[in-house]
Amino acid sequence: MKKLSILILAVTFILTACSESKPTTRAVYMLLDTSGTYTKQIDKAQKILKYLLHELDSGDSLALARIDSASFSEKDIVAKITFDLRPSKANAQKRAFLTTIDQFSKDVKGSSYTDITGGMLQAIEYLNETGAGTKYILIFSDLQEEVKKGHVRDFPITFDGIKVIALNVTKLSSDNIDPRNYMNRVDNWSKRVEEGGGEWRVINDLDRMSGLLD
Amino acid sequence: MTSDFWTQLFPEQPSWLVVLGLVLFAILMLYVARTPAHQAILTVTRSIRNALRIMARSVMVAERKLKKRNSEVLLAHGREATERYIEREFQRVEALVSRDLSGYPSLQRDLKEQITRIDEDYVQSGEVPPHPPEWLKVIDAVAEIPSNGSPVVAKILSDIHSTLKKSLDKDISEYRNANKKRHALLKRMLPYWRSLTKILSCVETKITGLEHRSNIIDEQMEEYEQIRAKTDYAERMLSSSSLTQFFISGLVLFIAVVGGWVNFHLVALPMSEMVGATSQLASIKTSDVAALFIIAIEVFLGLFLMESLGVTRLFPIISMLDDNKRRIIFWVALVFLTVFACIESSLAYMRDVLAADEQAIKHMLTDVQVEEMQLSWIPSVGQMVMGFILPFALTFVAIPLESFVHSSRTVVGLVLVWLMHILSFMIRLLGNIVNGLGQLIVSIYDLVIFLPLRIEALFNKDKKALNKDEPEEYVSSEVNLKMLNSGTAAEQ
Repeated sequence: MKKLSILILAVTFILTACSESKPTTRAVYMLLDTSGTYTKQIDKAQKILKYLLHELDSGDSLALARIDSASFSEKDIVAKITFDLRPSKANAQKRAFLTTIDQFSKDVKGSSYTDITGGMLQAIEYLNETGAGTKYILIFSDLQEEVKKGHVRDFPITFDGIKVIALNVTKLSSDNIDPRNYMNRVDNWSKRVEEGGGEWRVINDLDRMSGLLD
Repeated sequence: MTSDFWTQLFPEQPSWLVVLGLVLFAILMLYVARTPAHQAILTVTRSIRNALRIMARSVMVAERKLKKRNSEVLLAHGREATERYIEREFQRVEALVSRDLSGYPSLQRDLKEQITRIDEDYVQSGEVPPHPPEWLKVIDAVAEIPSNGSPVVAKILSDIHSTLKKSLDKDISEYRNANKKRHALLKRMLPYWRSLTKILSCVETKITGLEHRSNIIDEQMEEYEQIRAKTDYAERMLSSSSLTQFFISGLVLFIAVVGGWVNFHLVALPMSEMVGATSQLASIKTSDVAALFIIAIEVFLGLFLMESLGVTRLFPIISMLDDNKRRIIFWVALVFLTVFACIESSLAYMRDVLAADEQAIKHMLTDVQVEEMQLSWIPSVGQMVMGFILPFALTFVAIPLESFVHSSRTVVGLVLVWLMHILSFMIRLLGNIVNGLGQLIVSIYDLVIFLPLRIEALFNKDKKALNKDEPEEYVSSEVNLKMLNSGTAAEQ
């Protein structure tokens, strides 16, 4: 009987240990393009953020960062949060986050360059630090990268297990003349992400966000 | 080993001829080996059949033992239940006697007092006939004196008459007064009579109650005697009762589980505030485990409460404890249960607050404007009340649980007996099929070699006609086979 009890305890312990080894939390890093006309589409970004706040729960992490001339920097992170384990506190944090992004949408200024790679690197760094089970980078941009002279961004990036989702990739006026430009932009990023070990997806219709997070 | 091999072995012969030769050779070999082959086939199938029969017999023996054991358990439970019932009835009778008969001396005193009063009043109300005055005889003698027309005598008689009349009037008046007094006394007796009737009817009710109890005890004792005598009637009665109990208690337990599920949902959400919403224990949320744990504790406390009250007897240790210790267990369980009920009530309120907050944030994030519901305090209060009441309601789970545990032993036993019966039947059927299969193989064997057998029969017929003698070797093999078959048939 004693042996049986020890066995049961051991099995329970092993089961518990096995189940706790894999985190079930999610982390989302949203990159917001602030160049050119994208500042006028901030309301769409707000809609996405509200959806994310609705979907994310206690223990999950969320960060919002802008893409500007040199985005590989913590100062470009507008707001970041890891929701408290207590649901009431998590709800209070959601309210505070919402207030921050409301304020940001009012104060946002356009940037002359678009350092997407820098933003991606910053996102990967943040997501890896969270230790979440599922990691997402949401990029709200036309994917047209314009980097300052002297900035080196042409190198492979490791997106190990990160899901990258491009949202609302708008067509530029030049894309209308030659649509291949648009396709090339999307394909280049898709290739770069998948070669780096990540998953790539594009969602242009923001009314179909229900499957955004798994 | 295909036909190609044989055709290659005889390359100069046509293949059909080789095949035909082979078939004929095979038939010949089968014919030669007929008797030992038949014996081998029948021996193997008989062995398998015998093994299966032994197995079936073992299962039947096990079934019989289980049936006996079931019967013993059933009767033991029945005996215990009846003993408990009789014990309860005796306790009730004892309570009735100690409560009612303890008041009998005072009741008797009351009765005596009432009777004495009534007796006194009755004696006082006795009618005493008025005695005629002694001087009436004198008056009578005077009245008989002849008057002879004398006015004096007439006057004297007239005076006597008036005096007599006055005296009689006075007597009548006195007599009436005495009657009045007697009636008053009889009237005073009326409440005493009523009181007496009331006391006696009360006594009658109590006596009837006792009589009713004694009738119940008689019935139970009769049942108990039947159980002790292990009669079939008692077994059937207990078995039927167990099945009924099993289904009824199962239904009540199912309802209790639904209640527990409602209880769980009242507690699970606020529990995430205490233990966190993300941590998991073996793929179950820790908050859910904590909520289930609280409900389980409440159920256990309920079990102990019922056990200490003597309502259930799931734990013999508790029922064997002395009354003081059981009283302590009762109070401890009750206090803890009340504390848990209060905790659950507050958690239910917290759940309402959290749900409202969750709803508000959802509305804010989806830009939906919702007007606040009127009388929104009603669900909050309802949840709090439910949170307080459900732990106490779950206490009563102990009663159907005990019935379910006891009756499930009988039901499981019955199902096992039934399964064993089916298994035994199936094994026996399989044995018979194997045996039939052996005979079928033998028949097919003979069918394959029918040609040589036919020739042999014809040859034997001719030989018989010539010698009138029976061929010994063939007959002996036929006899062997017949013996084998007859042995199989006899065993079947």
